[in-house]
Amino acid sequence: MAKDYSVFDIVGPNMIGPSSSHTAGAARLGKTASKIAGKPVKEVKFLLHGSFAETYKGHGTDKAIVGGILGFQPDDARIKNSFQLAEEAGVKFEFIKTDLGDSVHPNTVKIEMVLEDGSKSTIMGASIGGGNIKLTEMDGLALDFNGSRSAVVLEIKDIPGAVSFVTGLLAHNNKDIAMMSTNKPARSEYTFVTIETTDKLEADLIDQLRKFEVIAKIIVLDKF
Amino acid sequence: MKYNFTSGAELLEKCNEFNMSMHEICLEREAELSGLSKEEVREKMRVSLNIMKAATEKAVEEDIKSMGGLIGGEAKKLTKYRGLSRSVCGELMNKAMVAAMGTMEVNASMGLIVAAPTAGSCGILPGAVVTIGKEYGFNDEEMIDALFAASAIGVIITRNATVSGAEGGCQAETGAAAAMASAGVVEMMGGSVEQAIHAASHCLQNVMGLVCDPIAGLVEAPCQGRNAIGVANALISAELCLAGILNIIPFDETVAAMYKVGKSLPMELRETALGGIASTCTGCSLTTKIFG
Repeated sequence: MAKDYSVFDIVGPNMIGPSSSHTAGAARLGKTASKIAGKPVKEVKFLLHGSFAETYKGHGTDKAIVGGILGFQPDDARIKNSFQLAEEAGVKFEFIKTDLGDSVHPNTVKIEMVLEDGSKSTIMGASIGGGNIKLTEMDGLALDFNGSRSAVVLEIKDIPGAVSFVTGLLAHNNKDIAMMSTNKPARSEYTFVTIETTDKLEADLIDQLRKFEVIAKIIVLDKF
Repeated sequence: MKYNFTSGAELLEKCNEFNMSMHEICLEREAELSGLSKEEVREKMRVSLNIMKAATEKAVEEDIKSMGGLIGGEAKKLTKYRGLSRSVCGELMNKAMVAAMGTMEVNASMGLIVAAPTAGSCGILPGAVVTIGKEYGFNDEEMIDALFAASAIGVIITRNATVSGAEGGCQAETGAAAAMASAGVVEMMGGSVEQAIHAASHCLQNVMGLVCDPIAGLVEAPCQGRNAIGVANALISAELCLAGILNIIPFDETVAAMYKVGKSLPMELRETALGGIASTCTGCSLTTKIFG
């Protein structure tokens, strides 16, 4: 169905040039990845695929994505000096041209992060045009998240009734589920559940979910 | 949505129904769509206008070198020429070209711009609206109005066709930017909604079939030159309509034709850097020089 675009989809985004897909989108991918990681990033490897791999230098994709890791928005003038700023902040970074397969978008990057406490986090995503992005993988788990709504990803122990507890809690708190998908990797004891909600879930509701023992992990994805 | 419009015909119809200009109805629609107040929506557009204004001046004041090294210094040269010689295009057109080409220099050197509708066509809308705004003493509120009028045209083209070079070629990117800019200028100069929509038709028709063939795949050349021709396209089309010279083919049919032409362009001529200027001997050797 044809979309009713906002005027700011047309006159916008406000961005550091030169390319909405290769620069603004790259900054958003970096920022989103570091935000999901939740802790300061100490080391990061960017595995660049397709057009990202071929043209990243001329488009400033490298500077933009490092800027994103440092938390800069696509319109932050500091992006231009992000390499130096990362060095000053003690963040190591490396770019590796790679082939992530035929099934991924031409502007895809896999971001492997080592965080302040030594833990690791890996996010894969694509810049899909006009500065818009989608996340396609998180710590090995396949996703299809375009940031149009808030979402939570739950790693739930595979026991009967666990998923219905979660949806029941959301219903009890008057939260509208806009989209929900479940994914159980082969031979895993856990099911991954992605729930997109019309309104953002409040922190105390997330805390209530955390208290539920069968939920091993919760990742909160904000709308972007 | 009460104020929504999905085509040029519907836009004109709604403007007549509510007795509003194009920018007024576009503002109402955006408030309705976003849930923000009209004041909040205007404030967001004010931020965009300020970024545009700064970008039109930066390349005249500073030395700029693009990432790929293919462009830089053009806005300064044009400004100098205007001061020294008899201008072939006239002072006003020279100023519009400076603003458009300079904004592209800012973009190509990792400076702050507003994609309008894309980064590759970011010089045209500010080149037209800010230059005409300054020349005739329109204030910021009036320039913001012009940006809303321009957005109305952009919303329709994006919905019913494309503004992406990868999908529709340069005719879609700089053609749409010129169509938007032209409609904005017509309204700012006191033209009617009908005249503004016809100006957008002129613009799309003037560059129909224009291919997207960036050297080395970078947003530099021939993109910068096409932003200069784009701003000229916008001003020429506005002048035509304000003089009462309307287009023979309705806007919506023109948009559909542009989309059809875009889809029939071979892949080589849609932002892949495999055809046109990008695939010339010199274009290829520049690519090797930049990427090694």
